Amino acid sequence: MKSIVKIEALSKVYASGHQALSRVDLEIRQGEILALLGPNGAGKTTLISIICGIVSASTGSVSVAGYDIVRDYRQTRDLIGLVPQELTLGAFDTVWNSVNFSRGLFGKSSDPAYLEQLLKDLSLWDKRDSELRELSGGMKRRVLIAKALSHEPRILFLDEPTAGVDVELRQDMWKMVRKLNDSGVTIILTTHYIEEAEEIADRVGIISEGRLLLVEDKQCLMQKLGTKQLLIELRQAIDAVPAALADYSLELSADRYHLVYTYDTQSERTGITSLLQALHGTGLSLKDLKSSQSSLEQIFVSLVSAK
Amino acid sequence: MRVNYQAIRVIYKYEMLRAWNTLLQSVASPVISTSLYFVVFGAAIGSRIEEIDGVSYGVFIVPGLVMLSLLTQSIANASFGIFFPKFTGSIYEVMSAPISFFEIVVGYVGAAASKSLILGVIILLTANLFIDLNIAHPFVMVLFLVLTCVSFALFGFIIGLWATNFEKLQLIPMLVITPLVFLGGSFYSVSMLPPAWQTVTLFNPVLYLISGFRWSFFEVADVSVAVSLAMISLFLVVCLVLVWWMFKTGYRLKQ
Ligand SMILES: Nc1ncnc2c1ncn2[C@@H]1O[C@H](COP(=O)(O)OP(=O)(O)OP(=O)(O)O)[C@@H](O)[C@H]1O
Ligand SMILES: [Mg+2]
Repeated sequence: MKSIVKIEALSKVYASGHQALSRVDLEIRQGEILALLGPNGAGKTTLISIICGIVSASTGSVSVAGYDIVRDYRQTRDLIGLVPQELTLGAFDTVWNSVNFSRGLFGKSSDPAYLEQLLKDLSLWDKRDSELRELSGGMKRRVLIAKALSHEPRILFLDEPTAGVDVELRQDMWKMVRKLNDSGVTIILTTHYIEEAEEIADRVGIISEGRLLLVEDKQCLMQKLGTKQLLIELRQAIDAVPAALADYSLELSADRYHLVYTYDTQSERTGITSLLQALHGTGLSLKDLKSSQSSLEQIFVSLVSAK
Repeated sequence: MRVNYQAIRVIYKYEMLRAWNTLLQSVASPVISTSLYFVVFGAAIGSRIEEIDGVSYGVFIVPGLVMLSLLTQSIANASFGIFFPKFTGSIYEVMSAPISFFEIVVGYVGAAASKSLILGVIILLTANLFIDLNIAHPFVMVLFLVLTCVSFALFGFIIGLWATNFEKLQLIPMLVITPLVFLGGSFYSVSMLPPAWQTVTLFNPVLYLISGFRWSFFEVADVSVAVSLAMISLFLVVCLVLVWWMFKTGYRLKQ
């Protein structure tokens, strides 16, 4: 697939001396939804800010659609919309003026019909004449999204879009993201929540302490790094794991009706066949078998702690 | 070279709108304070002061009063205009837009300068209610008016960028500009000072402004009008160079 953003050996050292990014390489594919996952202070906002032109890189380069973000900043910024992490809005202008201002900043001639539809899509149309300071936090978040989309960008950055957002707005937002994505907009979002990445992203990048630990297709990532659990339900309760099964490091559940076998999907032999044979040997009779995949959360924790 | 006119236009419009929303503060307060100066210095005290260089005192102080408002308002407008978005964080939008620093400056400084230009005209009209104002050299007057508005708006923009909090924002206007304006001959002719102080005053840049501006009204000046024009142009160039340097280094905007 064609890449639309190319990040090469990007590093950032802030004036304070803090190294926020260390040699990040990343290609963002055209039309994908990429989730950047990482704990507080990992460098997600810094990375996005550099691409959007708010922070300057210390070393390394970024190109967007083949244009360099420093030399050809007009071309690259034309393509980009940014929803910042913080609710950074002016105070006294109205919602309507504010989105018109944003569109104008990007050099686009005014298009009231488009902006009207945009505000309607974000349930902001009723609030168009309200002053920004009168809006609730969730409303402000919507306004920021409207401002980011006001110039019809081809790439949308959402920096922690769901922070302080209720379930309804979150659902609206995901709907909107999918719709934009279907119309060809590339979407990059950051999040602390693994379920979010799992829910919406095509690919997931994991950042920790300024390093991009990995970028993978979501499915791939979960397969490649995920462990699976096999839940064996028994017909009778047992008091202890039979000695014949000692090799499999099984866990007995509290109700004594289930054995839990954890295995690595990556390894050549999962050991399931031999386990089942061994089980057969013990004479235990099985009621049911279930397997479950570990969530991105577990993957994430194991990755970050491994480094 | 591509210029994002649309962006300049919206920044300019936005800043002008801000003045409209705070009309009372933007226009009424300078008009009121100017009127007060007239009542106090022009009428009450002025009537007991003899003419200066053949100009009655109430009339003599008009150019100085206009300059006083122009300087403080240009700086206040422009510095606040760029400081506030920095303060709220909404500046991110301007920084991530396909707009050059030059365009940002034109938008913000242009609006601030326009506002104080309008204000200068309003003050002159107000003054005209109190006294009979004759302008000897209208073109020179307008030239001084425009140059002053633009260069001090530029200076205000620099202060707004530099300031990291509200105190710093007030610091220079209060500690530097106000004394310089008062000591720059707004309310007196430099020739009224003892000789030693006359020399000291020559180091006050505001003196040249007020002197030149006053010359355009009464053909009375402390220093020659050419020197005045040269000084204000020099100040403008210094501000331009400073802004250009800020642009090059991303000073206080880009980490
Ligand atoms: N202007 C700055 N000056 C100095 N250090 C900074 C600055 N901005 C960010 N940092 C530091 O850089 C690191 C990365 O910050 P960044 O905001 O990119 O993290 P993040 O991944 O977005 O975190 P969060 O999830 O909390 O938003 C942090 O340690 C932060 O303290
Ligand atoms: Mg962040």
